[in-house]
Amino acid sequence: MSAIESPANRLWWKQPLDRVEGMWIAIAFVWCLVMFFMMPYWHIFGKQNLSNEAYRTTPEAYMAKTQAMVDKYTVRVETDQKIPVVHPPAGSDVYLIARLWQWWPMIELEEGKTYRLHLASMDWLHGFSLQPENINIQVHPNYEHIVTLTPTSSGTFGIICNEYCGINHATMVSRLYVVKPK
Amino acid sequence: MAVNRMFRVCPTSGLSFHEPAEKLIRWNAVAAVVSLLVGGILSLLVILTRWQVVHLLPPDWFYLALTAHGLDMLIFWIIFFEIAVLYFCASTLLRCRIAAPRWAWAGFWLMIIGALVNNVAVFRGDSSVMFTSYAPMGAHPAFYLGLILFAVGALVACFVFFGTLVVAKSEKTYNGSVPLVTFGAVTAAIIAVFTIASGAIILIPTFLWSLGYVSHIDSLMYRTVWWAFGHSAQQINVAAHVSVWYAIAAIVFNAKPMSEKVSRAAFLLYIFFLQLASAHHLLADPGLTSHWKIFNTSYAMYLAVLASMVHGLTVPGAIEVAQRNKGFNNGLFEWLRKAPWSNPSFSAMFISLVGFGFLGGISGVMMGTEQLNLIIHNTIYVPGHFHATVVIGTTLAFMGLTYFLIPTLFRRELMFPGMAKWQPYIFGLGMCGFSLFMMGAGTLGVPRRHWDMSFAGNALPYEFPGTAWLMMSLMAIFGLAAIVGGIMYLLITVGSVFLGKRIVTPGFAYVRAKDGVAPTMRPVEVAFESHGTNIGIAGFAAPGTFILAIVFLIAFILYYFVNWKYLSTVWPLS
Repeated sequence: MSAIESPANRLWWKQPLDRVEGMWIAIAFVWCLVMFFMMPYWHIFGKQNLSNEAYRTTPEAYMAKTQAMVDKYTVRVETDQKIPVVHPPAGSDVYLIARLWQWWPMIELEEGKTYRLHLASMDWLHGFSLQPENINIQVHPNYEHIVTLTPTSSGTFGIICNEYCGINHATMVSRLYVVKPK
Repeated sequence: MAVNRMFRVCPTSGLSFHEPAEKLIRWNAVAAVVSLLVGGILSLLVILTRWQVVHLLPPDWFYLALTAHGLDMLIFWIIFFEIAVLYFCASTLLRCRIAAPRWAWAGFWLMIIGALVNNVAVFRGDSSVMFTSYAPMGAHPAFYLGLILFAVGALVACFVFFGTLVVAKSEKTYNGSVPLVTFGAVTAAIIAVFTIASGAIILIPTFLWSLGYVSHIDSLMYRTVWWAFGHSAQQINVAAHVSVWYAIAAIVFNAKPMSEKVSRAAFLLYIFFLQLASAHHLLADPGLTSHWKIFNTSYAMYLAVLASMVHGLTVPGAIEVAQRNKGFNNGLFEWLRKAPWSNPSFSAMFISLVGFGFLGGISGVMMGTEQLNLIIHNTIYVPGHFHATVVIGTTLAFMGLTYFLIPTLFRRELMFPGMAKWQPYIFGLGMCGFSLFMMGAGTLGVPRRHWDMSFAGNALPYEFPGTAWLMMSLMAIFGLAAIVGGIMYLLITVGSVFLGKRIVTPGFAYVRAKDGVAPTMRPVEVAFESHGTNIGIAGFAAPGTFILAIVFLIAFILYYFVNWKYLSTVWPLS
């Protein structure tokens, strides 16, 4: 009986497993377990894991913290919009604001040093996408996400928004500078 | 009220169509194809905008077209067709009258109204919020209202389907267990009820929020619950198109499942574990722990992936056994070489199976791995993946089924049969290239849902590597090929259904069936029919399929570890 008719044998569940099927199920199941255990394995032995550290916040509170950092560590301003470029010390908290349609401020880090990068949105959802590293993190309003990050290469990197955020979404792009430590 | 018990028996397929069910299946299928037409026109506009050489639409129109394309394809085309499949699997395959046809019509018209209201909201221009409509970005209230009405209609249809199963059981229209394909449809319908319930939990408050009755929608709560709806909706598609694969294998080859137990157990795994996969979408989000992410994104240790890998073996395996029993028993692959490659139902089904597994399945597991998601999230890799699953997998399988339904359900001869022979290849291979190059561009960081990857006029543009630009152009070219395949499908189906030559059967009549039309009961067989000891190689009934499955596994393993290798070169994060 074909698959569009009722099984010919009413006791179909007693039919023994075919050899091809049995072997394949065993192989596939082992592979599924390997894939499952890769995730905890990477938490222990891998170096790229997304942080679980996040706090509730408000746009005002987050703005205040970011402003304090900008006031303290701005080293220059760039573009016609006079976006501050901050160079915070290694190991410190670095705040990045996502808002319609801008990343603020611009950040300069040192190669090989570790930073606590804070991410939050002032309004809608945004997507932090660091290129060409291709690190992609969702940015929410009212949630402050803290990612510990160690740049291992220097140069100029792009931060683009990869969560659709309205008409000017495609213009939301900024930079991250990584310099050699002095 | 008198119950309509009029049936006709299709002379070519031997299937029994209940008169009201037949009409419902036809209308749902027609509504599906109309949605496909609208979504297809929009897909052309989207492709021609993302192909930066053409860059056709301004940003507002681009985001509008992309929103409408997502909704018309992913929701309206697929769900209308799925309702047709559900009614077919319950009423036609069980030779049973459809339960409550008036309710089914009410559901159908609710779905039509919902689809129209939603489309009007989008085309007004103030609801370009994408398929996902993430709060706190808001759409016009009509946007959510349309979706809610559509979902209520679909829920009514699911209950008509379940009701039909109850009627079939009580009127004894079949013996023993329901056919495997109907079992798959039950899986799809159960997942659909879960999906629609999740949709109600998130869309009703969001609708009230858009009207001002609810003050705040939390963005993380929205994404968590919305994906219980949004991803589960895709799991309905998986269950439905796997059922369609089994159905086409049965129709074209008279293939029977290698074992009912294995195939049904695999569907059962879908019901238990498939929905957990909505966690895939939240892997790059703050506020959810790694424990939660790992357990859910793995569908509880990949048990639903296991189910798909089982179906991926048993569908071609059933075809291989059927072919070998017909005498194509030489070597490993004679059964495949001698398959009816010019039958569009078969070629569509086979390309759907291979494309879904190799492109959609493997890439889906990559994106759904907690850490690997970091280098994929929201890049154009994501639409690359889901075009492989819902277009190559679901849409192409449905196209294959259409070629069977035109003569049996609509009683029309296929128009342009020569074109139909080529259609699955052009559409399928076009979509394969389209998906593959999207994934390639995504690996290089190109974002999805993005109007301008050149960032023209920006003070701080990011310059994508030349390879990314090349991938995007190739994506567009293959996408255009797929659109040609889509136009062919629409020409053939619309042409055949409305202008095709009627198939006239002498002495045709609807026959009144009093209490079902079940075949006479067969005695319980003690011994199982074996697959035949004379077929296959070294005790394997389907050795060719097994080799193909091993090839698939090797590709899977290699690509999986290539991605980990790539991840290990990225800046350390914790």
